[in-house]
Amino acid sequence: MSTESETPGPALRRRGPEAGVALLLLVIGLIVIVDSLRVGIEWADDGPRAGYFPFFIGCLLSLSSGWTLVRALLSWREETAIFSEYSQLRDVAAMAIPLTVFVAAVPFLGLYVPGALLIGYFMRRHGTGGWLATLAVAIGTPIVFFLIFERWFLVPLAKGPLEAWLGF
Amino acid sequence: MDEINSLMHGFSVALTLPNVGFMLVGLLLGVLIGVLPGLGGANGVAILLPLTFSMNPTSAIIMLSCIYWGALFGGAITSILFNIPGEPWSVATTFDGFPLAQQGRAAEALTAAFTSSFVGALFAVLAITFLAPLLAKFALEFGPPEFFAVQMLTFCSFIGMSKEPPMKTLAAMMFGFALAAVGMDTVTGQLRMTFGFTEMLKGFDFLIAVIGLFGIGEILTTMEEGLAFKGKSAKINFRVVLHTWKELLQYWRTFIRSVLIGCWMGITPGGATPASFMSYGMARRAAKDKESFGRGNIEGVVAPETAAHAAGTAALLPMLTLGIPGSPTAAVLLGGLLIWGLQPGPLLFVEQKDFVWGLIASMYLGNIVGLIVVLTTVPWWAAILRIPFPVIAPVIIFICAIGAYTVHSSIFDVVMMLVFGVFGYLFKKLRYPLAPLVLALVLGDMAESSFRQSMLLSQGEVSIFYSNWLVGSLMALSIFLLLLPAWGALKSMLRRREANAYLGR
Amino acid sequence: MKLTKIAVALGTSLAFFAVSAAHAWEPTKPVEFVVPAGTGGGADQMARFLQGVIAKHNLMKQPLVVVNKSGGAGAEGFLQVKGAKGDPHRIIITLSNLFTTPLATAVPFNWRDLTPVSMLALDEFVLWVNADSPYKTAKEYLAAIKAAPDNKFKMAGTGSKQEDQIITVMMQKAAGKKITYIPFKGGGDVAVQLVGKHVDSTVNNPIEAEAHWRGGKLRPLCVMDAKPLPYTAKVTDKQSWADIPTCKSAGIDAEYVMLRGIFMGPDVAPDQVSYYVDLFKKVRELPEWKEFMAKGAFNQSFMSGKEYTDWVAKNEALHIGLMKDAGFIAK
Repeated sequence: MSTESETPGPALRRRGPEAGVALLLLVIGLIVIVDSLRVGIEWADDGPRAGYFPFFIGCLLSLSSGWTLVRALLSWREETAIFSEYSQLRDVAAMAIPLTVFVAAVPFLGLYVPGALLIGYFMRRHGTGGWLATLAVAIGTPIVFFLIFERWFLVPLAKGPLEAWLGF
Repeated sequence: MDEINSLMHGFSVALTLPNVGFMLVGLLLGVLIGVLPGLGGANGVAILLPLTFSMNPTSAIIMLSCIYWGALFGGAITSILFNIPGEPWSVATTFDGFPLAQQGRAAEALTAAFTSSFVGALFAVLAITFLAPLLAKFALEFGPPEFFAVQMLTFCSFIGMSKEPPMKTLAAMMFGFALAAVGMDTVTGQLRMTFGFTEMLKGFDFLIAVIGLFGIGEILTTMEEGLAFKGKSAKINFRVVLHTWKELLQYWRTFIRSVLIGCWMGITPGGATPASFMSYGMARRAAKDKESFGRGNIEGVVAPETAAHAAGTAALLPMLTLGIPGSPTAAVLLGGLLIWGLQPGPLLFVEQKDFVWGLIASMYLGNIVGLIVVLTTVPWWAAILRIPFPVIAPVIIFICAIGAYTVHSSIFDVVMMLVFGVFGYLFKKLRYPLAPLVLALVLGDMAESSFRQSMLLSQGEVSIFYSNWLVGSLMALSIFLLLLPAWGALKSMLRRREANAYLGR
Repeated sequence: MKLTKIAVALGTSLAFFAVSAAHAWEPTKPVEFVVPAGTGGGADQMARFLQGVIAKHNLMKQPLVVVNKSGGAGAEGFLQVKGAKGDPHRIIITLSNLFTTPLATAVPFNWRDLTPVSMLALDEFVLWVNADSPYKTAKEYLAAIKAAPDNKFKMAGTGSKQEDQIITVMMQKAAGKKITYIPFKGGGDVAVQLVGKHVDSTVNNPIEAEAHWRGGKLRPLCVMDAKPLPYTAKVTDKQSWADIPTCKSAGIDAEYVMLRGIFMGPDVAPDQVSYYVDLFKKVRELPEWKEFMAKGAFNQSFMSGKEYTDWVAKNEALHIGLMKDAGFIAK
């Protein structure tokens, strides 16, 4: 995919993320093993205990990720494969940062207000439409979803202070 | 032919003008529910239920079951267009449906998906019509060891498919299993891997993982390739439908296989989600051009959709004859039956002939009307891809967040969706396959509890897995499927070695 | 119906005169009805029945919405209601996991964290075997268990360390032999496993197994209550619920009923509680409810207020004892 681009700009090499993800999975594997030991990993008279399967899952997860990690570290110097160009990563961050802010805002403001802000920000920042169109979509979409979910299907969604102030 | 007489009577009950109107209402609502992750058939049935008390039970159940058909049809739409499965059973549809949409063939993929759904449902209804008593008996054969054998079979039919590095495939699969194990262990009632966090009690829901890994992950990946969805140039006219139909005819073998898998899994009740995975795996195994799967092969849409819809339809049989709901939607329908004074169970077919045959007739009609409704909307759905990316992308994220939230009404799940989204992006870039992860997440929990229930039954004797013909043949088939790719790999390795030896290396 | 309207009208007009409109509280938005169990089980069936019947008779201005929160043996649902401080738009229906889940898993909740509203009914437990099995009475079945080696007989039930397993432990005591207990996800599955002859017996609630009994697939042996059930209408050609003898009379010293009651979150106002008490009182008068009670052979006790709170406290003490005896308490 990205490795095929013709004029490679400055890029992030693959070894870093490779080792990072492998390490994370390795740690998860170890956590699984530790917890399995707590609930019991033996095979009793009437079948396996609660930790029997998770224990093996944890072992296999640690081993396979450990393998990937070791390989990434061993070939650290000669590894030249590219993860992504910095310009591309900037584009990803342009989505990932507002997305993270959106998710971080949900516990305080509910789903609707951050949703409207996200849509509005995106249309203004990356879109070509005018203010009017932006406002219409940004405010209209949450209202449509409010009507569908809360009014029609009676599914309550997370709400914040604005909705409380409006009396919902 | 007693059944045909009863069915004709059923048609006369179901085919009245108001009933067809109810069908349309139900179907449209159902499609909407299927499209939006976070709304399930259960929500739709719940809002219409109060309206139905003034209707006669047959009309009511026709409308309510049409919601169910509509949701089955609608689940495919977002999977194909945005890589977001609206319902769990359309995950396998994304594997080939989304690449097709990216190639500008969204309309073809949608047509194939809808048509396959229809075929699957039609054959499942035929099976219900003529084989109901037999099928109900067959369902009773399934105890814990048989369930485990079915789950094993699903797994084995799917394994060995990945083109990704084997160690990463293993890691992804084990990650899925580990996630599935979080929460309460059903057999001992112990809590596993919750570490005292009450948010972890309910475990990791499949739908949240899928929305994050596929939906959010895809949006992040798309950003890398510029601010646009591929496949904007989707052809939008009705001729595509006819053209696709012609193409579909050559996949008749896939249709038959998928229908059989679907009916069987629906009745046992293995469920629509495993059925779709198993059918996809089998189709890929049987195909000549295995490499094209996952890159936009129409057959990869046909197989899971046919099986999922067949299973979804067949699942109504155990609900009617045994009173076990195969899905949350079925559970709500069950509640409706109770209020109308109908008790599902072995006697429903005897005591409530009008109702049962009216319902079966409506299954035929509902699916035919449903196919027409969704096919006419194909161009509109495909046109969504023309909305500029800066508008549609945040809306999709908003919808994903709603979907993740509604599963358990939990904000923690929205955060988990983001975490899974980042995982989805990293995994895709680093070539960790997502399909084994998702499959392990779906099956892991079920397979472990069936295995341990079997062990309780046999007091720790593994021989229970070949103690009768049914479980024995299922297990044998699984092992055969498991070894098949290994055998193929071995053969090609030997051949290469021979060739190398010949070249004197 | 008319009466309610008059009452409401009276309430509103009174509000003009008195500042405190004591009995006038009504839900102002949809009420969430939490079921701390999966779909299709006894609690779920009752909740969905209530939802339908309240909507049908228009007993509440706002809709009642059933949500299943079964995670962690119901802990998910109870914790959510516990967290809904002062929220009058959320109620929860209970099964015995109100007591058993915190004891077995040490998840931090207790019924004292919630506000008791009212008891709807008590659910009975019946010992079932497959209709093709040779055991016609509970005595014969008990004798067979006694004669066989440990773990020969298999009991299917809902969940682990919950009511079904507690009853299994009681039966083990009576037989002096171990019975293999196999947990399944829901009561419907359990009954079907017995119909398919994968296990020897179950202790399904009447409503979960009634259809199979009527269809001639299952046979009831005895009921786990102090006296036989009061419903004399024939269910099968020969038998009614009242014809099932008590387990005590067969030498199985097992008496157990399960609470189907309603609770709310903590710190709700008294008039909000009394709104729901009145609501369920009205439901109890409906013919559909009476039919539902008869179909599921429920014990129709109704309690609210202090009487209910005392009953729950007594029942909790009973469960602590039973769970301790069975060795199910989390360390």
